[in-house]
Amino acid sequence: MKEVYEVRMHARAGQGAKSGSQLLAEAAFKEGKWIQSFPEYGSERRGAPTVSYTRISDKRLRTHEPIVNPDAVLVFDPGLARTIDVTSGLSEESGILIVNTTDSVDEVKKQTGFNGKVYTLDATGISLDLLHIDAPNVPMLGALIKVTGIVKLESLEEVIKEHFLEKLGEEKVNKNIEGLKRAYEEVSK
Amino acid sequence: MSTWKALTGAQAVAEAMRQANPDVVAAYPITPQTPIVEQFASFVANGIVDTEMIPVESEHSAMSCTVGAAAAGARAMCATASQGLALMWEVVAAVPGLRLPIVMPIVNRALSAPINIHCDHSDAMGATTIGWIQIYSENAQEAYENTLLAIRLAEHKDVLLPVMVMQDGFIISHGVENVEVFDDEAVKNFVGERKPDRYLLDVDHPYTIGPLALPDYYFEIKRQQEAAMENALKVYLEVGKELSKISGHDYPYFEEYKTEDAEAVIVILSSAAGTAKDAVDELRNEGKKVGLVKPKLFRPFPYREMRKALEKFKAIGVLDRSMAFGAYAPLYTEVRNALFESENRPKLQSYIFGLGGKDIFKSDIKKVFDELLSGNLNPEEQRYIRLRG
Amino acid sequence: MSEKKGWKELMRGSDLPPASSLEYKTGSWRTLRPVWDPEKCTHCMFCVAYCPDMAIPVKVTEEGVKGFGARIYKGTVRLETNFDYCKGCGICAQECPTHAIEMIREEEAVKGSK
Repeated sequence: MKEVYEVRMHARAGQGAKSGSQLLAEAAFKEGKWIQSFPEYGSERRGAPTVSYTRISDKRLRTHEPIVNPDAVLVFDPGLARTIDVTSGLSEESGILIVNTTDSVDEVKKQTGFNGKVYTLDATGISLDLLHIDAPNVPMLGALIKVTGIVKLESLEEVIKEHFLEKLGEEKVNKNIEGLKRAYEEVSK
Repeated sequence: MSTWKALTGAQAVAEAMRQANPDVVAAYPITPQTPIVEQFASFVANGIVDTEMIPVESEHSAMSCTVGAAAAGARAMCATASQGLALMWEVVAAVPGLRLPIVMPIVNRALSAPINIHCDHSDAMGATTIGWIQIYSENAQEAYENTLLAIRLAEHKDVLLPVMVMQDGFIISHGVENVEVFDDEAVKNFVGERKPDRYLLDVDHPYTIGPLALPDYYFEIKRQQEAAMENALKVYLEVGKELSKISGHDYPYFEEYKTEDAEAVIVILSSAAGTAKDAVDELRNEGKKVGLVKPKLFRPFPYREMRKALEKFKAIGVLDRSMAFGAYAPLYTEVRNALFESENRPKLQSYIFGLGGKDIFKSDIKKVFDELLSGNLNPEEQRYIRLRG
Repeated sequence: MSEKKGWKELMRGSDLPPASSLEYKTGSWRTLRPVWDPEKCTHCMFCVAYCPDMAIPVKVTEEGVKGFGARIYKGTVRLETNFDYCKGCGICAQECPTHAIEMIREEEAVKGSK
């Protein structure tokens, strides 16, 4: 793996990308990595486009610039690709694009014009099925770690429990973990 | 035993406050300082600290309560940003003259107008002439450690001045990073308890605080403040040495990074210094002799030490994250001042970057170094990074 | 005139020792002087309450003092004005319900006392 692994998440406010970037960072933190998780803040209102970043590194991180050349991009709402260049700075040789959609990989390639590695997952479907809300963040992370292996599934599970057990209760936490695992299995190339 | 945690800069400062366990915290939430108050309020609510937390109706009241509590003898803290600092200004300006050792974390944010919630240093740079000590932090770790250091510095008997501890809004305050939180007991022993030599609640030893002082005394009292600032330069290093024993880190006036044989150097504050260090490394790999100086203590400003550190370089670029409108930018002004006494003044160049949260990239810093090495410099001209023409 | 202290000798900040206002004798400001006639005084304490400089001392007495209407007034009673601090503002004379206080020119009072 690269010395510094960088992930960019495009979402709509309310879809949990900020939490997603933090959960990922904290899972890596648990594995002894140097991490950064930071969102790009605008004037927040539900539905507005958001960007969140995660950096994972084997050595101490000093930079505080936004991520320009991500190793992976997560798109939480395919509609975002119509107005935002979600694959900006993503290398077609090594970059990874994961989109929350019911469309096929080929369709996504056509929509984004990105011809690198593309994966799709119906993360919203999983979330609606299990939690009855559009919270695709945890399933999207499941897909990311399946495809990249940047953190272990167990680390992420642990972090989810730490964060949400008190706030959401055991049932919802278990559903989230189920969503994580389903995504891990269902992500398609 | 210290513990590594994944914390935002705001949470890191709240951790320092938890360990210092102040008697009183009065604060009003303002973006992007809010998570400091939020986190600390949860410590209070959960009984982790026994601080009296006063939720106030405005920043003016926040600082007023903090002043009252500090005068009464308490270790009292506040926290704010941008417009909040502006609103509490009347009281903020009174604190150094009252000689109250209040520590106030500031999450740097642009001043209105236009309204903007993102980082620049225009809030704190407006407060450099009223007698507060100012320390700038590069990341969450530094914000945490500087807050601890600030408490001891402020309360030192030879200083007794308020301190602002800066961190960059959002970039640091809302970014999660690895933070080493030192052992609770060790920190508790380090910060100790505030032991004021006099305080208003000591009814057996009454005294007057905050009287009117007319032309016959005002000037003399202000001269005392200057003496306290001079002392702060010395005490900062002493307290820093003590904190080093816990942290293992140094607390110089400014950090010098790869400056040994450097020809071109940039001077830059806070989070952008981290980005710039990566740029320095990359240019060093290309064989370019470049380095970086990051001031930490901005008030009092260590002119002599800064001159000695900077006069050996050929070219210096000073990067300010605020403007002084109609005057040289704040950091540039101090660097120029420091070098005036030098026999061999380096070539200087002033740059403005990042106002209202405009991003700065490694590539921008590299361009600055290229310019510094090219010699195309004009010390009387202000240049702008990433400004649309 | 007392020497004013230099910046090194002053207490820290603008702090002051307690009751330092006692050293400030505002009595020297007076151009008019209140002359109090105890025989007209009901010891109602208006003058004491209104005096901006707390320059009218009081005492508590069981046997009482003679005042308005040749009656005996017991409890808290006023005493002669403290002229070290009375700056002659005349509020006491203005507020006195029995006109027991008259303001006269300080010059004349000084001459008269000689």
